[in-house]
Amino acid sequence: MGALQSLPDEFEYRDLSEKTGFSFEQIGILHKRFKQLSHNEDTLRRDDLNTIPDLSCNPIRTQIIEAFFDKRNFHQNGEGTVQEISFEEFLVVMSHFRPPALDMTEEQREIIRREKLRFLFNMHDTDNDGTITLEEYRHVVEELLSRSGALGKETAKGIADAAMLEVASISMGHMEPDEFYEGITFEHFLKILKDIEIETRMNIRFLNMDTTNLCK
Amino acid sequence: MPAFSCAFPGCRRDLLVIVLVVFVGIGLPIEASAPAYQSHGTEGSYLTNVTNTKKAFPVLAVNYKHVRQPFEIALWILLALLMKLGFHLIPRLSGVVPESCLLIVVGLLVGGLIKVIGEEPPVLDSQLFFLCLLPPIILDAGYFLPIRPFTENVGTILVFAVIGTLWNTFFMGGLLYALCQIESVGLGGVDLLACLLFGSIVSAVDPVAVLAVFEEIHINELVHILVFGESLLNDAVTVVLYNLFEEFAKVGTVTVLDVFLGVVCFFVVSLGGVLVGAIYGFLAAFTSRFTSHTRVIEPLFVFLYSYMAYLSSEMFHLSGIMALIVCGVVMRPYVEANISHKSYTTIKYFLKMWSSVSETLIFIFLGVSTVAGPHAWNWTFVITTVILCLVSRVLGVIGLTFIINKFRIVKLTKKDQFIVAYGGLRGAIAFSLGYLLSNRHQMRNLFLTAIITVIFFTVFVQGMTIRPLVELLAVKKKKESKPSINEEIHTEFLNHLLTGVEGVCGHYGHYHWKEKLNRFNKTYVKRWLIAGENFKEPELIAFYRKMELKQAIMMVESGQLPSALPSTISMQNIQPRAIPRVSKKREEEIRRILRSNLQNNKQKMRSRSYSRHTLFDADEEDNVSEVRLRKTKMEMERRVSVMERRMSHYLTVPANRESPRPGVRRVRFESDNQVFSADSVPTVHFEQPSPPSTPDAVSLEEEVPKRPSLEADIEGPRGNASDNHQGELDYQRLARCLSDPGPNKDKEEDDPFMSC
Repeated sequence: MGALQSLPDEFEYRDLSEKTGFSFEQIGILHKRFKQLSHNEDTLRRDDLNTIPDLSCNPIRTQIIEAFFDKRNFHQNGEGTVQEISFEEFLVVMSHFRPPALDMTEEQREIIRREKLRFLFNMHDTDNDGTITLEEYRHVVEELLSRSGALGKETAKGIADAAMLEVASISMGHMEPDEFYEGITFEHFLKILKDIEIETRMNIRFLNMDTTNLCK
Repeated sequence: MPAFSCAFPGCRRDLLVIVLVVFVGIGLPIEASAPAYQSHGTEGSYLTNVTNTKKAFPVLAVNYKHVRQPFEIALWILLALLMKLGFHLIPRLSGVVPESCLLIVVGLLVGGLIKVIGEEPPVLDSQLFFLCLLPPIILDAGYFLPIRPFTENVGTILVFAVIGTLWNTFFMGGLLYALCQIESVGLGGVDLLACLLFGSIVSAVDPVAVLAVFEEIHINELVHILVFGESLLNDAVTVVLYNLFEEFAKVGTVTVLDVFLGVVCFFVVSLGGVLVGAIYGFLAAFTSRFTSHTRVIEPLFVFLYSYMAYLSSEMFHLSGIMALIVCGVVMRPYVEANISHKSYTTIKYFLKMWSSVSETLIFIFLGVSTVAGPHAWNWTFVITTVILCLVSRVLGVIGLTFIINKFRIVKLTKKDQFIVAYGGLRGAIAFSLGYLLSNRHQMRNLFLTAIITVIFFTVFVQGMTIRPLVELLAVKKKKESKPSINEEIHTEFLNHLLTGVEGVCGHYGHYHWKEKLNRFNKTYVKRWLIAGENFKEPELIAFYRKMELKQAIMMVESGQLPSALPSTISMQNIQPRAIPRVSKKREEEIRRILRSNLQNNKQKMRSRSYSRHTLFDADEEDNVSEVRLRKTKMEMERRVSVMERRMSHYLTVPANRESPRPGVRRVRFESDNQVFSADSVPTVHFEQPSPPSTPDAVSLEEEVPKRPSLEADIEGPRGNASDNHQGELDYQRLARCLSDPGPNKDKEEDDPFMSC
């Protein structure tokens, strides 16, 4: 057990709390979970997350795990991926799933919506070029359908193509036949998903988490 | 009574004619019933006298008694429907006044007419109401209940239904008792239990009234499901409280044990109702698995099992409404995967039809019963009741929301609360329950009068003003749901993401359990309840196929090809360039020719709203549509192949191949979406070995590297011929799917139906 983190250090927590918006209690719970997953080390690796049994039947498991190691999600304007993350970075990624407070203005909601959608966008845009290309989108749909039977890549391709066409139509309106739609930019992404109220749906309740008997 | 203001001169005359017809129609049976009894007597004497005198053979005789009952029933229903028809012919009226109000007024008129004749107007018989009129409405509501918003808000709904109703009952009962204690009111004989009984009857929000009013105001999904869900689930509370207080009123005293038993009874009633509904739901689903050879009777299974669920739970004094709702909800996904397209349409149409008729009849009878019923008017009592109803509702909603918001992610705003409070309408259930009160209660007439006044107040005042208030407060309206495939993909993505993150957190939350339920459903339940291999198909694919089919149906329906939109984006715009291109001019020429061919047929986009009164009509005469579809398809193919043969140079093959067929269909998506909402379109499971577009893209792209010698000449006609054939096959299959298969066709045509 790392001596540095054996006691809940309130000073440290305050810093984290300000950064991520979690309460002390939530940070404490997440810290326990972090230690559980990382086997009491200071950093978490991909393999630690791979061993979670709940994730094993999740079709987009790889993407979820990658999202934790993606520097773009650390709010530090970094790029690329890392091999291991500290608790602070873990917490920052988790903070994307915090529910918005009740008394938020429209602008604050908008900011939160952008943040969450940015997270989703980063998950799709694996090569980090700022756009989701057709290939990347196809990959997303394939992964989604990978668990669900032997329908093959053809249908996934068809669905992805249809979706891409829809995005292009909504974002670009009219295109000349020789124009090429490079990919979904973040602004287009915002546009097509504006009807899903993401700030209310992309949330997890972080209270009532008792990690002591729930670890596998 | 409000005067009808007509926009055009003829309608007043029409109304008068209708009223006169009604008058005659009602007068006739009532008067005819009198001589009917006399004729019975003469018949007897006729028989004894037959040997004595020989009468002339009666060429024309009237025997009304024989058909009296069904005749009267049919006449009433016809009257109700004619009234409904009349309202919608008057343009301005239906926009201002909700239909329920108008129907009650008609009922008042008819009741008045009957009284004027001198006959006794029929009162809304409670048995008729609970056994015949109420079930269709509830089944319709339950079968088409939007599941996702319901389950997301089920906690809130339950709190409002149970605790809200309890609060209303005790608040109103208590204060009315206090009122009755005041000497000046003159109601000293009313004891506490009677008041509480009255409170329990009048405090429940009524699903019929809520449906009738809310359907016309198109409020946002959250508020709609809150009020509506509450009105459905509070039935259990109402049943328990009503029976409880009825029993207690007999005895006169209440002990702690009784209260405890009451609580236990509540759980028994509600959970029992749910259980009964679930059992019948699974039975129906299981039965539907085997109906592939007898498609015609499929809808009957749905209706009968649901009705049996209702009757069975009523038999045990469990909550019939909850049984019905649960039955509909449980059986729907499985039944819809098994039954044919036409059966689905039949079920939908019949449910809408019956619930519409029921609702109309209920409101008319309410009006008639008001004229008929015994009344005992006491100004103080009645006015206080009305005021207390409002006050207790508002206080209840505000108080409960304050507590609930601590547990909700999406908080309820003040506007939401206002609509929830204001939308708590009372209706015919309250009246019927009041009518069921035995005559033992000396206050029965007073209670009935008060109940009717409350109903009138809520339906008329609240019902009429809720629409302008919604506009005034700029409450969020229901968004026109355009099923967008991107949203669908991301909804599913989000679900998996959140489940995954919950797994990382170690938190067994909402998504975790939902995922577990889905998996259980897929591996065990669907296997038993869904015929064939369809249980394996994931939701996203079903959604996608549904969208493709919607387009095809639209094409068939209009008989024409959809025209090119302002956005002419097709596959080539998004496909990475892998094929050498030819001169731009040639390209333009080809495209122009193709486009003009397609543009010759413009398709009208219609948007229909899904409401009680309009149903999206996608039924066509199948032969005609099939022929049309095939014809247009052949025409397209012919044109394209002609073009291709003419051109020696070939450009981006996907464009040419794709734009007439799938490309056109693809381009259609975003505009088509507004025509359908996910629930209202019948769908057919379209079994394709491979979707039409991608083989083209794949095969042609593959073919490019194989022939580097030919500059741009890519497997033109040959490739297309095979694709032609493939495409034709697909379309034929599609056309066959759209027409309902007979029992002897092979499995391919017997494609069962699937929906999200």
